[in-house]
Amino acid sequence: MSQLKYLIEKEFKQIKRNSIIPKMIIGYPILVMLIFPWAINFEVKNIKIHIVDNAKSVYSQRLINKIDASSYFILTNISTNYKTALDDIEKEKSDIILEIPASFDKDMVKEKRADLMISANAVNSTQGLLGNNYLMQIINDFSQELRTEIYPVSVLSNTPHIEVVTDYRYNKKLDYKTFMIPAFIVLMVTLVCGILPSLNIVIEKETGTIQQINATPVSKFNFILAKLIPYWIIGLIILTISFFIAWIIYGLLPSGSFTTIYISAIIFLLAVTGLGIIISNYSETLQQSMFLVMFFILIIILLSGMFTPISAMPEWAQIIAHINPLTYFIEIMRLVYLKGSSLPDVFKPLTWLIGFAVFLNSWAVVSYRKRG
Amino acid sequence: MILVKNLHKTYGKVTALNNLSFTVNDGEIFGVIGPDGSGKTSLFRILASVLLPNSGSAEMNGLSVSKDFKKIRNIIGYMPGRFSLYQDLSVEENLKFFATIFSTTIEENYHLIKDIYQQIEPFKKRRAGALSGGMKQKLALSCALIHKPEVLILDEPTTGVDPVSRKEFWDMLKRLKSEGITILVSTAYMDEAGLCDRIALMREGNFIATDTPQNIINSYNETLLAVQTENMSASLSDLRNHPKVKTCFAFGNQHHITVHADLSISDLQHYLNEKGYSTVEIKAIEPTVEDCFMALTNNP
Repeated sequence: MSQLKYLIEKEFKQIKRNSIIPKMIIGYPILVMLIFPWAINFEVKNIKIHIVDNAKSVYSQRLINKIDASSYFILTNISTNYKTALDDIEKEKSDIILEIPASFDKDMVKEKRADLMISANAVNSTQGLLGNNYLMQIINDFSQELRTEIYPVSVLSNTPHIEVVTDYRYNKKLDYKTFMIPAFIVLMVTLVCGILPSLNIVIEKETGTIQQINATPVSKFNFILAKLIPYWIIGLIILTISFFIAWIIYGLLPSGSFTTIYISAIIFLLAVTGLGIIISNYSETLQQSMFLVMFFILIIILLSGMFTPISAMPEWAQIIAHINPLTYFIEIMRLVYLKGSSLPDVFKPLTWLIGFAVFLNSWAVVSYRKRG
Repeated sequence: MILVKNLHKTYGKVTALNNLSFTVNDGEIFGVIGPDGSGKTSLFRILASVLLPNSGSAEMNGLSVSKDFKKIRNIIGYMPGRFSLYQDLSVEENLKFFATIFSTTIEENYHLIKDIYQQIEPFKKRRAGALSGGMKQKLALSCALIHKPEVLILDEPTTGVDPVSRKEFWDMLKRLKSEGITILVSTAYMDEAGLCDRIALMREGNFIATDTPQNIINSYNETLLAVQTENMSASLSDLRNHPKVKTCFAFGNQHHITVHADLSISDLQHYLNEKGYSTVEIKAIEPTVEDCFMALTNNP
């Protein structure tokens, strides 16, 4: 026991003496939490719209004003020529075109219907699709307005119609930040605790100090444990700082309990540091381990449902996502933060995490012994 | 006592140790002398229990390096060839760290390291990485000694160390020997061989000779001459072309040559003068370990 204590003491001395790591432990979560929730945002806003107004009438002007008033669109140009509009799209000056026909008002009054054309740049398919949808909404709204103006109330109330009222549960304002902040916290902990202990062990290999340690009575189990414990503590510090910032800056507190979060976090840290140790056991140089760690971290981050929903992935990617510890920890974090789930509610993902922690760490210990 | 029997180690197709057997007696300084790549480090790593041999056995004071490695690690002090202490810890912290992981204290065995540690004690707050080469070696030896080992395994401890520090280092080893510590040391410096009780000349994973330095020198049965001329590089090939010269090697500012017994010094002098060398100096010399090594390497 006392041997482990001295080994840990040594690790902390070395971490403290490192010119970058102690600063990173405090600075990294602050930086990430202050910047990323604003920058990484999948909401589509400020779509540049070019309106080809062939009608130049009262109604077309009203429609244009309505679109201009929407926060989704920036009206970049109004012309009377579809070709100029298309040119604008090619020059990236606009993203979407709305063409209003010359007979817009006339059709409206006479035929009781009018056609509009929307052309969207779909190079960024999300932006094209959402832009189109937003524009349709505005136009539908507009046509509803016109109906109430043109027809007497009696006619309208007699036509059957369905009104949909949406209630967004768990994230009332549909705020993307609320959804992403728990994920960013997980991301940071994964990076710090997946990479640092693994590099630390390979550095001992590269500088040869592991040779000296191997010739002493220090057991390999103690040696690895002494490498991990400081990073578990660092991971929990980062987690705590991030929770605090999420609360101070974004007013975000978990709807569930911190106990659930910390228990899951500790198990997740065990799993991810285990992965780091496995990588360090199979690499001889810093370069090798750096590359391997980056490779795996990138995979587990991209295929964890952090940025894109798992259900939208192809089947093979879904399989990877299901054998990815990060998937389960993000799930738990979001459940607890947004839905207020308690420990029994997250039983299933938590069991998975425990399984990963046991499996990865057993592998880590076995692969270390083999090479020693 | 170190007892090595048929130790064999290969790395893929390369044989590092070829069925090596030898014995080191208690309280002996045993030197393993050989060029780079002869297998010294592999041998020492196996003895330090950090590398497993393919076959064969090695025992230290009755403990097997492969089976009783946990006990072995308590009785050996291993100093790898490369400086392997924590460069970001201070001199004192390194020493304290190695003392504590062997469950001892600096005070308990201070008498063992006193002579050598006193020289680096003024810098005890300095980080190990900022020490000079000689001081690093002294610190490494102190750390290897702090748990009072019975066997000391030193892998090229003086490589890259200045001559004064090298001398001090060997004086230190002599003192440790008087404490009853068995010392196994490797070196590529032939001049250090004479300081060992017994030496083994190592080549390609084999000991080509094992004896006291004096006996190894005595067993040298060639006629050895030292030759100096004004053009050393040209004379090297001229000497090698002489039919009665067996071998010729450059040794610093001289050529050491072995010749057939019937070639006299004056004949050789004459031969070199004819080749156009004006200042030629030839004298018969006593062989050194290095000459023995060269001879053994050439006539197996």
